[in-house]
Amino acid sequence: MAEGGASVPVVPVPPVVQLRGVRKSYAVGLPNETEVLHGIDLDVLRGDFCAVMGPSGSGKSTLLNIIGLLDRPTSGAVAISGTPTVGLDDGALTRLRGHNIGFVFQYHHLLTAFTALENVLMPMLADVGFPNAEMTARAAALLDSVGLTPWRDQLVGQLSGGQEQRVAVARALAMKPALLLADEPTGNLDTKSADAVFALLREVNRSDGTTVLFVTHNPLLAARCDRTIDVIDGRVVARASD
Amino acid sequence: MSTPRSNAARQAPAVRPLRPLGRWLPFEWIVATRFLREGRAQTAFIIGGTAIGVAVILFMSALMTGVQANMIQRTLTGQPHIQLTPVKDMVRPLREGVPGLREGAVLQAPLQRLKGIDQWQGILAQMSDVPGVVAVSPAVTGSAVVIRGTASRVVLLTGMDPELYYRLVSLPEKIVRGTARVTGSDIVIGTELATDLGVGVGDKLRVRGASGATFTLQVAGIFDLGNKGANARSTFMALRTAQSLMALPGGVTTIDIAVRDVYDAETIARRIAGAAAVQADSWIGTNAQFFSAVSAQTLSNTSIRFFVGLSVAFGIASVLVVSVVQRSREIGILRATGITRGQVMRIFLLQGGLLGLGGALGGALLGALALTAWQKLMLAADGTPMFTLVFSGALFGWTLALATLTGLLAAVAPARRAARLDPVAAING
Repeated sequence: MAEGGASVPVVPVPPVVQLRGVRKSYAVGLPNETEVLHGIDLDVLRGDFCAVMGPSGSGKSTLLNIIGLLDRPTSGAVAISGTPTVGLDDGALTRLRGHNIGFVFQYHHLLTAFTALENVLMPMLADVGFPNAEMTARAAALLDSVGLTPWRDQLVGQLSGGQEQRVAVARALAMKPALLLADEPTGNLDTKSADAVFALLREVNRSDGTTVLFVTHNPLLAARCDRTIDVIDGRVVARASD
Repeated sequence: MSTPRSNAARQAPAVRPLRPLGRWLPFEWIVATRFLREGRAQTAFIIGGTAIGVAVILFMSALMTGVQANMIQRTLTGQPHIQLTPVKDMVRPLREGVPGLREGAVLQAPLQRLKGIDQWQGILAQMSDVPGVVAVSPAVTGSAVVIRGTASRVVLLTGMDPELYYRLVSLPEKIVRGTARVTGSDIVIGTELATDLGVGVGDKLRVRGASGATFTLQVAGIFDLGNKGANARSTFMALRTAQSLMALPGGVTTIDIAVRDVYDAETIARRIAGAAAVQADSWIGTNAQFFSAVSAQTLSNTSIRFFVGLSVAFGIASVLVVSVVQRSREIGILRATGITRGQVMRIFLLQGGLLGLGGALGGALLGALALTAWQKLMLAADGTPMFTLVFSGALFGWTLALATLTGLLAAVAPARRAARLDPVAAING
């Protein structure tokens, strides 16, 4: 028990993303085996808003897939919010992903059979199994926060591209993830919509402390991030703080 | 990569109150039904195809059951399900065989004289307690000559107690003139015999039995069994009259039995033969060719139903395979948002089950309509239905259950494929 006046020990907060010596090869064991990530070490802390940049084919998407637990590294270690992922089976990885990571893709990949509200509801519904009033209210609040309350009962196919991407952002935030992975979310949007989506992600990062990894080819948007991670030929070559 | 769409925000629609999804509906059900609803045309086509398959199965089953029941009913109109007769006389060699010695003994088959069943009243009482037996009747059968003036015919005589016998053989339903009720001085004959002898109801006939005794009997009724030969040869009279004609006072030559399930007749006959000192012949044994034809018909019907079911299963499976391919990106993104392989699998299994159930319900309706139409349109010459079709609740229930199960099984392969999709590959298309 701590005595009066004694300092309270500070428990170190683990990085939201921690990569150690991560390598990724395709066609392993075959003559055309190709290594696309060459031993990446990376720490991303809570509240970071990082741009991930690099030319096409440099390994950005592979890196993001491994961080997002959608893909496994050939070797090396990945930990998400302090939880090592080595040895976890598919079910455990799915649960870890569902509770800790949100995704926003270049193409929104919303479920066209559902309304905007139902799309946002989906991760919570899948987690709990049955719908309830609380999750419906949270989905409505998230849509409200991205300015889509009037469109919440519209099928997503009836929305504009920018609106769809905002629904995708709301869906990604449904499970209150510690980490938001955005793979070129503004790539298909006009400048105004792209700015709106970026501002939305920035707001989420600032208000909730959600860590954001933002893949982009747009140097202007990258310049507005806290940090830039350059991926070139499968290596993280520079870590610059803006 | 998607085609860039208009990014312009549309005019805001009016906000409606929050409508939560069904509180008791599980996630998998919600997604599966929504996927089916979204692919309306595809869903409608496969449910339509399944419904036609199910309707064919139902219609054929009811039709075949009706046809078979009708054929069996007609076959069993003039005969009992099981007939007990005295054990046949046998000849045994006087010497037992000597081991190692071959003898060329010739055994002459004995003459089978007309004799009664020993202790038949005890056996009659015993038969009433046999499980599956619903009616028992003693009878005297044998040959006789019917004489009218200078004309005579050899006939098969059946002496019986109408109270008991008509529970087994529905002779009263076959009477075209007069009555089936017989007293000691009555005889009931077939239409063909009546024509041959030129007699009608109320006319007298002389009947001479195998013993030489001759009685004069009055024609009480004339029947039509629907078979020319049977109408020419069969005659019915009171048990006592027949006993006197056949010189079997107090005796009976057969005990006729009706059973609850006609297809159990052979099994019950074997059981009786093992328990009582009588020979027991079932209608299945005495109509082996007919029964074999019925069995062949049942087999062909089952084969047709199986292949129709198989085609339904392939139809459902192919639609779901296409659906998995079409929805691979959506499956990928669902997996990315934390949905397990098991949940993906259940979504597609549910779709298969629902397609099967939907098709089965449609098929049941279609089948019932077709059966009703058949019964109304296919009439016999007298305006009555050609035969009674069987609307069995059990048949409909089983068909519904089997069609749903078929849908589920058909969905297994596509569901496994969907569950195994690599999220990254699925998202990237």
